Amino acid sequence: MSVAQAESIEDIKARNKELIQEVLKVYPEKTAKRRAKHLGTFEDGKPDCGVKSNIKSIPGVMTIRGCAYAGSKGVVWGPIKDMIHISHGPVGCGQYSWASRRNYYIGTTGIDTFGTMQFTSDFQEKDIVFGGDKKLAKIMDEIEVLFPLNKGITVQSECPIGLIGDDIEAVSKAKSKEYGGKTIVPVRCEGFRGVSQSLGHHIANDAVRDWVFDKQEGKPARFEQTAYDVAIIGDYNIGGDAWSSRILLEEMGLRVVAQWSGDGTIAELEATPKAKLNVLHCYRSMNYISRHMEEKYGIPWCEYNFFGPSKIEESLRKIASHFDDKIKEGAERVIAKYRPLMDAVIAKYRPRLEGKKVMLFVGGLRPRHVIGAYEDLGMEVIGTGYEFGHNDDYQRTTHYVKDGTLIYDDVTGYEFEKFVEKIQPDLVGSGIKEKYVFQKMGVPFRQMHSWDYSGPYHGYDGFAIFARDMDMAINSPVWKMAKAPWAA
Amino acid sequence: MSLRQIAFYGKGGIGKSTTSQNTLAALAEMGKKILIVGCDPKADSTRLILHAKAQDTILSLAAEAGSVEDLELEDVMKVGYKDIRCVESGGPEPGVGCAGRGVITSINFLEENGAYDGVDYVSYDVLGDVVCGGFAMPIRENKAQEIYIVMSGEMMAMYAANNISKGILKYANSGGVRLGGLVCNERQTDKELELAESLAVKLGSKLVYFVPRDNIVQHAELRRMTCIEYAPDSAQSNHYRELAKRVDANAGNGTIPSPITMDELEDLLMEHGIMKAIDESQVGKSAAELNVA
Repeated sequence: MSVAQAESIEDIKARNKELIQEVLKVYPEKTAKRRAKHLGTFEDGKPDCGVKSNIKSIPGVMTIRGCAYAGSKGVVWGPIKDMIHISHGPVGCGQYSWASRRNYYIGTTGIDTFGTMQFTSDFQEKDIVFGGDKKLAKIMDEIEVLFPLNKGITVQSECPIGLIGDDIEAVSKAKSKEYGGKTIVPVRCEGFRGVSQSLGHHIANDAVRDWVFDKQEGKPARFEQTAYDVAIIGDYNIGGDAWSSRILLEEMGLRVVAQWSGDGTIAELEATPKAKLNVLHCYRSMNYISRHMEEKYGIPWCEYNFFGPSKIEESLRKIASHFDDKIKEGAERVIAKYRPLMDAVIAKYRPRLEGKKVMLFVGGLRPRHVIGAYEDLGMEVIGTGYEFGHNDDYQRTTHYVKDGTLIYDDVTGYEFEKFVEKIQPDLVGSGIKEKYVFQKMGVPFRQMHSWDYSGPYHGYDGFAIFARDMDMAINSPVWKMAKAPWAA
Repeated sequence: MSLRQIAFYGKGGIGKSTTSQNTLAALAEMGKKILIVGCDPKADSTRLILHAKAQDTILSLAAEAGSVEDLELEDVMKVGYKDIRCVESGGPEPGVGCAGRGVITSINFLEENGAYDGVDYVSYDVLGDVVCGGFAMPIRENKAQEIYIVMSGEMMAMYAANNISKGILKYANSGGVRLGGLVCNERQTDKELELAESLAVKLGSKLVYFVPRDNIVQHAELRRMTCIEYAPDSAQSNHYRELAKRVDANAGNGTIPSPITMDELEDLLMEHGIMKAIDESQVGKSAAELNVA
């Protein structure tokens, strides 16, 4: 029986408290004390979710986090499709993260785009002992010969680079000069830095600032500017998300001059300081560069949310408010145009999903951003948490979650399993490492990092797919055949 | 006899390589079969035995061949004075890469390829400062059983000796490494013998030998020879022979060191009147400032 059926908010809060006490009991005293700060219940009216965040995970627990290299190579830089990203160090980091993020792009792979390819310096013992700078220079030479249409190179440092003190900046500068000023970006995103992938995002943002923007300093725009130029920041085009977002902005009369970084190019990065407005989807991974552009180039930025029609409407109006009446009218036109489609989607799926309860655990913006989309389908998010969020994420989360929502920061494998086992939600949304654990527990599951090989989920088009996928997961006939031990 | 593994540590420039090669040459005279493993990227630990700086270090050959697995023992092993076998680990030029990892790679290679078969002594000569885990390799994992610290009466040499003792202590319980003792290489500082003996006692060890200073060592060195080979009948050669005898007789007599604090070390110097008691109010003041006051 689902404990989630507890009647009042007070009951739920009491249950959450009890549940947290229960999971903490298995830890040693010191660990329990530290983990207790990351678990809580949202109380209406509070300025944040009452949990600590962005703190080192505790050795011995199963954390879901990644590393700084994952944040830079996997998230921020990797999707820039016409640059070649070298995983610099031993082969594993590049190999095991190869093409795993589904950042769709248009181009001819291996000719003018390189997104699904893996480039690595494949460090051997001698490279550790003697340093890898010469090898790095040689790789860059080989890249120039084998892939002459590449528009630039980034060096994504793996742990040993920082340990042995290789001078990747010097190599990058020398090779950039040799190749007529080609953009070559050294990124110090060694995995041991910071507590999660979050620092990798920051380091990658800083590398854009120092090695891309500063090079363009004082140069005129290389495109015909208009009053309606915007850049999409923090959309990684998972399953085509940026495309289904871009069309909405274009339909309302804006011109998208850059996509950061899904299906993006180095030229788009360079063009962005000439945009009129930066629209920011993933705040966590790209607020740094947005703030920098605001301070240095005076470009305002505006956070938006393209999950589900309610939030999309709100966001289109919010973006339009930065422009003239033409764009404001455009936003209304777009909203009106898609409303019948959205009504149809909701009419079809809401009766099948009404009242279903969801628990989330994801990264970036999704622990809060997708809540509206579930609510549009009549569903309720009763627990959520961030892999690598900071306090500003938890502050923003207060606008989305309901009183009594269970909050778990950097949840451990054990805690997450226990919470789901006790609460028995109708759906869990998290990542590949969690998927089979919960499905084996008989709980419907959707991967909410990769959209479970589906998508896009952004925009109006994305919502129709999102609704179908959630229905497919929850109402699959397979669950009637599975008999869970606790239900016996 | 069973294989004895020893290592020489000490502050840079103290005369580790000279002392160790002369001692090992004397041991070779005694009929011992010896292997020297140079663990310094400068690769000069076997220069006096081979009459030349080793060109073919393990790591340079491995880099050429692709990896250390591509090497044969014969490629790296050289034979010098009295059939002493010599290998140099080598390593990167200063400021590049990771020399510590190089030491680990080299020692593993030697062990796996049977370099230690049929020798009585393996001696590791390690660079002055144990700056990272790699340079501590010879004192880890049951490699060297006894460490000999070469030092002098200078403050910094004694400071280094104390630091090395800390390293030995760290691994003494897990790996069984012991401090064989101190070897004082005379610098002709004040009360050097007394100081060395007191430090040895403080460290829970002993002064194995006090090697007097003699210019003949420099003469030999200019000819890239040990004193034992260059001037076998000299008094200095006899000193090295005596040191060798004591090392040979020291099997199993190593101790777990008891390193001291910096304050205790300063107290030691004060006890022997080397350093005057410091008036704490004068610390950090320049001469000019003190004059004004």
